[in-house]
Amino acid sequence: MKLKKLRKISRRNALQLIATFTGTAMLPSISFSQTNKALDRINEITKGLGAIESDIYLDLPEIAENGNQVKVSFEMDSPMTETDHVKAVYILADGNPSPNVAKFYFTPEMGSCSATTRMRLSKTQNVYLLAENNNGQFLMTNAKVKVTIGGCGG
Amino acid sequence: MSSIKPRVKVPKEVSIDEIVEIKTLIRHPMHSGRMKDADGQTIPRQIINFFIAKFNGKDVFKMELEPSISTNPYIVFQFKAKESGTFDFEWIDDNGEKYSISKKMAVS
Repeated sequence: MKLKKLRKISRRNALQLIATFTGTAMLPSISFSQTNKALDRINEITKGLGAIESDIYLDLPEIAENGNQVKVSFEMDSPMTETDHVKAVYILADGNPSPNVAKFYFTPEMGSCSATTRMRLSKTQNVYLLAENNNGQFLMTNAKVKVTIGGCGG
Repeated sequence: MSSIKPRVKVPKEVSIDEIVEIKTLIRHPMHSGRMKDADGQTIPRQIINFFIAKFNGKDVFKMELEPSISTNPYIVFQFKAKESGTFDFEWIDDNGEKYSISKKMAVS
């Protein structure tokens, strides 16, 4: 008896699961078809030159329960001397109403290229970091953040 | 707007060439211009859009803030201690209002 009951429930659950899976599987294909605002902005900042994908330490939560307060920190390997230092770092988010999040200006006096702040994320999306070296070279990296409750207001 | 008060954590005494962490926090609503109040009216944009940190009068760190920065902006950065001096921090909001605070740091 017990077994029969169990099987009955699981079959129903299985149907529900299939329904939800097909539903979620369709979502990404919709978001991919839209243009990526953050990448467009990177193109604009680098004046079409583009940036080199690089190993930059970008610390973001994998899952953000509250999109209102998402801590973001980064650290870059740079000697930070007058002749070789990171001039600016941009944080961009492709799913927010505006891709710009922040721009940090660094100077050799800082001794290291690292900073932390907190940002809003309206939904699950990719966060990009774009760094500009004083010699005009651009480096970038990105990380995906899953957002449970969005934080950009209705 | 006396309710907006910045808070900064700077180590008082450090040794030379030490990289110190400066933590800053300012109480500010950071209205993004997209939030609605209880009556369904859009709250106009009112954010802190710029932050500057100076050491002995020289700009060491600047940051442009956008509406995507959270309420009560929290900014942390690092600084290499070379000489004793004073930090001057300044936050500027959309109305042009400036909030500032100074902190001393002794280097030995």
